[in-house]
Amino acid sequence: MSLESIPIQAFLIVSSALFCIGVWGLLNSRNAVRVLMSIELMLNAVNINLMAFSSYVDNNLIQGQVFTIFVITVAAAEAAVGLAILLSLYRNRVTVDMESFNLLKW
Amino acid sequence: MSIAITTQIICFSVLSLVILIGAIGVVLLESIVYSAFLLGGVFMSVAGLYLLLNASFVAAAQVLVYVGAVNVLIIFAIMLVNKKEDLKPISDIKSRRIISTSICLTLLSLLIRVDLTNVWTLSSPQNSIGEESTIRIGEHLFSDYLLPFEVASVLLLMAMIGAIVLARRDVMSKDISTGLPVDQELIEKSSEPLLTNKN
Repeated sequence: MSLESIPIQAFLIVSSALFCIGVWGLLNSRNAVRVLMSIELMLNAVNINLMAFSSYVDNNLIQGQVFTIFVITVAAAEAAVGLAILLSLYRNRVTVDMESFNLLKW
Repeated sequence: MSIAITTQIICFSVLSLVILIGAIGVVLLESIVYSAFLLGGVFMSVAGLYLLLNASFVAAAQVLVYVGAVNVLIIFAIMLVNKKEDLKPISDIKSRRIISTSICLTLLSLLIRVDLTNVWTLSSPQNSIGEESTIRIGEHLFSDYLLPFEVASVLLLMAMIGAIVLARRDVMSKDISTGLPVDQELIEKSSEPLLTNKN
């Protein structure tokens, strides 16, 4: 049997792996900038998923692509606010070590 | 898609390899600057995957927004907070690593199992609008997704104002509580941290 196109499972597996790498980085990074990068990786994994489904399951209406546009918008806003919070944290604490941001720890 | 299937598979394999290896590099590399540039590579490869899925508009948006804006913003942040510091060692780092790695591997196996065992009801490729996707996205944005589209613009405005308020220096010339003149220099001076460490 000859393959017509790449199976959808290939895209889903790539996005699953990318998401798990993002989760690992989120849990293990000590640099706050790297935490933001891990969040961007996870958002990209979700976007790949949405795009794959929009292309294979809903290839006429492609609502998944519209959702991806919205996710990209929200991700840009999130990155800007996150980095601003990081800057003001750095100004108050003079460090970007996640372990030192423990003001809410009981 | 008019590209031959063999070419598609080769492109997909190369792009996925770049994505996964780049992502592992982003989270594991010692230098944060290398991580930021690798992140740009990952974003570009994701845009390549979108091109393989016939979505030229989203691929262009990905390159513009992620590589052009988010990645540049991250590199700026690295330049602003780049200080060599010796991180305090954590006593239970080993158990933390083991727990988090096992959680991630479990999640990965679960997701892959779902990906492979579920029967996806794929639509027939005859209905595919293919190259017309940009037109269809425009129709969506100005008909059934009009309200989210407008709300997104409000969100961007809020994010912009919020980022400016959070990141700016004090604009007043005197500190309210102490009455001393406020530090207005662009370059960070060595100063006492406002909040002291609890332990």
